[in-house]
Amino acid sequence: MKEHYDVVVIGSGPGGLAAALAAKRAGADDVLIIERDQELGGILLQCIHNGFGVEIFGEDLPGPSYAQRFINEVHDLGIETLLDAMVLEITRERTIYATSAQTGFSKLQAKAIVLAMGCRERTRAQIRIPGMRPSGVYTAGTAQRWVNVEGYMPGKQIVILGSGDIGMIMARRLTFEGAKVERVLEVMPYLSGLSRNYVQCLLDFDIPLQLRHTVKRIIGRERVEAVEAVAVDEQWIPVPGTEAIIPCDTLLLSVGLIPENELSQQAGVRLDPVTGGPFVDEGYHTNIPGIFAAGNVVHVYDLVDWVTEAGFAAGESAARYAMCGAETARIPPIPTTAGENVRYVVPHLVNPERLSQAEVRLQMRVRQPLEQPVWIQVHDRETLVTRRAARYARPGEMVNVTLRERDYDKVRQSKELRVSIVPH
Amino acid sequence: MHETPGSPREPAPSTYDIIIVGAGIVGAMVARYLSRYQLKILWIEKEADICMGASAANSAIVHGGYAVEPGTLKAELNVRGNAMWDQLAEELHFSFERCGTYAVAIGSEEQEALRAEEARARANGVPYQLISGEEMRRREPQISPETSGALFCPVGGVCDPWGATIAAGENAVTNGVTLKRSTAFLDFIWEADTNKPPQIAGIVTDRGEFRARWVINAAGLYADEVMHRAGVREEFTITPRRGEYVVLDRNHFQLDNVLFPMPSRISKGILVTTTVHGNTIVGPNAEEVGDREDAAVTTQGLEEIWEGALKLVPNLDRHAIIAVFAGLRPGSNAPTPDPKIDYHKDFVIEIPESIRGLVNLGGIESPGLTAAPAIALRVIELLKQAGEVLYEKPNWNPIRPGRPVFRHLSHAEQAELVRKDSRYGRVICRCEAVTEGEIVAEIHAPVPADTYDAIKRRTWLGTGRCQGAFDMPRVVELLAQELGLNPLEITKRGGPSKLLARRTKMRD
Amino acid sequence: MPETTDEMICITCPVGCTLQVTHNGETLLHVDGNTCSRGLGYVERELTDPRRMVATTVRVRGGLHPLVPVCTVEPFPKPRIFELLGALRHIEIEAPVKMNQVVLEDALGTGVDVVASRDMPGTGS
Repeated sequence: MKEHYDVVVIGSGPGGLAAALAAKRAGADDVLIIERDQELGGILLQCIHNGFGVEIFGEDLPGPSYAQRFINEVHDLGIETLLDAMVLEITRERTIYATSAQTGFSKLQAKAIVLAMGCRERTRAQIRIPGMRPSGVYTAGTAQRWVNVEGYMPGKQIVILGSGDIGMIMARRLTFEGAKVERVLEVMPYLSGLSRNYVQCLLDFDIPLQLRHTVKRIIGRERVEAVEAVAVDEQWIPVPGTEAIIPCDTLLLSVGLIPENELSQQAGVRLDPVTGGPFVDEGYHTNIPGIFAAGNVVHVYDLVDWVTEAGFAAGESAARYAMCGAETARIPPIPTTAGENVRYVVPHLVNPERLSQAEVRLQMRVRQPLEQPVWIQVHDRETLVTRRAARYARPGEMVNVTLRERDYDKVRQSKELRVSIVPH
Repeated sequence: MHETPGSPREPAPSTYDIIIVGAGIVGAMVARYLSRYQLKILWIEKEADICMGASAANSAIVHGGYAVEPGTLKAELNVRGNAMWDQLAEELHFSFERCGTYAVAIGSEEQEALRAEEARARANGVPYQLISGEEMRRREPQISPETSGALFCPVGGVCDPWGATIAAGENAVTNGVTLKRSTAFLDFIWEADTNKPPQIAGIVTDRGEFRARWVINAAGLYADEVMHRAGVREEFTITPRRGEYVVLDRNHFQLDNVLFPMPSRISKGILVTTTVHGNTIVGPNAEEVGDREDAAVTTQGLEEIWEGALKLVPNLDRHAIIAVFAGLRPGSNAPTPDPKIDYHKDFVIEIPESIRGLVNLGGIESPGLTAAPAIALRVIELLKQAGEVLYEKPNWNPIRPGRPVFRHLSHAEQAELVRKDSRYGRVICRCEAVTEGEIVAEIHAPVPADTYDAIKRRTWLGTGRCQGAFDMPRVVELLAQELGLNPLEITKRGGPSKLLARRTKMRD
Repeated sequence: MPETTDEMICITCPVGCTLQVTHNGETLLHVDGNTCSRGLGYVERELTDPRRMVATTVRVRGGLHPLVPVCTVEPFPKPRIFELLGALRHIEIEAPVKMNQVVLEDALGTGVDVVASRDMPGTGS
């Protein structure tokens, strides 16, 4: 291992793998991936279900296969990897401190860093489920690792809180392995994952889904013995008289994901309080020169294919920075803002000049579901910059609108790019 | 035949001089200070590990002593105990910071209460300084703008109560105390042929009988049951008071001080305080519950503490919450020994006269953590007064060596440690940067950590933002590997708290 | 067979159209609610021969992990999924494993192969 690298990528999930490949292809000589697990691939390795790669490969692949294609290419291109290693600190000057049982403690210097640490799951404490603290309360991802990688069942009789995709997919997985999934509870009035997962993970196996329901209390001192489920009103307040005790030995939580940015913060990377991820421009450059970010570390995606695409863009920018240093923009970057019915927009800044080389895809989440044709529109004050139509907009699915070369003039003159999602 | 005190016969293996019942902070300190003497000591705990009751879930404050009623045992032992913590932390290597604490008055209407705090501080001989609201806001800019003044107590501090209990217990064990966990007290055994005050001859547990001349009741939440078995203080009752807390992520919210509100009649109120780990904790409320095991968190309770905390620090952010927990305090109805003091929630620390062989400790709620080392010294004084001649061990070692804590080291020290032992290079808990080396060291420590929670209490693994979601599968694997067990046997907290149900692929 | 109308959700793409399906047993009579023609094909298949991709794990000997993930190469008859899972439960393969290596050929005579979803190196590698 060297002490100096052009580009160091932290994390080897889909974002990190793509960033490393793109950096290498763009001409960076010394590219290193640091991964905390003993092999590359990140969480994809435990996502053994299919549904990955439709956008990128036009194929429907299981998670491990999707990862394997990129891993093989990483090896083919001679990208270095540091496995079983945890990054302890990164500095504003792009010094990286990492530790590994295999290679010891290392201090590295990178010309550019790509943050690709992904996200972590929200826990019981964050949604403050009352009751005792017995064993048997796990996040869906922890259970997924146990079941799919290590071969252990967390329990036999299961209640799942949250209708996120991981929760529904684990309902099916645990059913496949012989557990009884009693039901899935969702506090929102709508599904938080994809409807096709509702069909093929829950409906197919007669697993009841209760919308507008939550767990009022966990029962059991040593191991979970039951949960008390309850219906909630629009303000998420339990409706008296709707309580039901559901005997179970396990409660799985699929209640949201949070970008993992503790390392980023150490280096002074500024975070968007809405996404929980860094403020980035269209090249995924953060506010700290030479530090880029890609994938779920920026905001939580719905499809892995888009994570890969972001990784490619970030890796390419990082390579360019490593080789040429900071570009001086002739036109100041234009900020994007979340307008009507939009929760956030990524990237936060757009350099208009980039439009001459590539399209810029603005990614966002809608606030309220609209089950009708909608406009996804970009305005600068009263001027329409661009818009596109979509058949619906749902909070569980990311929404895109693309800025193209033809939009250059309008973008260049804009003060802001305000995105809104409104009925047709 | 049965044993008599001072029998020249070589004692049978299950015969001890002293049995300590309960392995919270009080039991641990008593065990540690008694291990100095040439005594054969058995120390039992009903749970799978030490520090699993009241000592495990509290505010982690080493109190100055201004908040307790003058003239009570609580006041005396608080002040005496407080003074012992620097040396204790130095000898036992656990985290303790004498950072000082503030009792904050909000608005002019709390000025009177502040004067009462001052009066108690003076009566108890506790050093303090009264500061203005302006000065308080300067020292803690996040405090309520309504702050009208505060009492600063420079000798107050914060500690790691898990670390303190476990380190004291470990020091006791390395000095010869026999610790038996998962061993529950059931009853006393009595000498058959004593005519005057009945003499305790030992105890019955769910793991057999053990004989001893002395039994020390340090059973915490169950202290009343133990003393009633001995036939003393029939009127004494423990009323568990549940206190709920929330923990705030240090990366999200930072506070450098220990802030108490003005106290209510039943508790010190809801405080907002820093910890030795840099996370802020908020709590507790105080709710009397019937069940001594009911450490459940409730929606109402959490709302109550949040509301209370906002009065002190208005800018607290709910998004920073990473953990919620509840503890049970063993509140009692014991009157202060001095009849002139009208106080009925005092500690019980005594050798009752009606029987022989019992050292009775009860109602050790706050400031019990602070007072615990002083209580241990009081126990020794009581034993001596009862005629017990204690000989010091020539080789008693007061030092419990510290073990490397990766996150406390500089990068250079970390590199050096990893070079010496590569297992310190593998981080298992990313939020708290706990390494495999530290976990393995705890699994093989003098008081071995053999459950997930036991490792958590010793290393603080799983206490951060992801609450164990990342480390748990890895810890289960390590525990199984190091203990030679099947991962299916690994528990969260002992007993039936197994973490896993079965293998996925069963050969059928 | 009497004529019935059922609600179905199309899983062909992420849109997930809710369909009103009028059918006479396996015979499709009418579909409402689909926003593209693929919905029609989905419903026809769902009525006559519903199929799903099936992903699970099989035991592996001498591998980096005790299990290797596997998946059907094409959708598998839905009513026989648990039968397939039962068959896979008995399979144990030898590391190293290569991605797309056939783990179960022509599963239950359906003509569908089950293959490894990733490489699984041996413990030594």
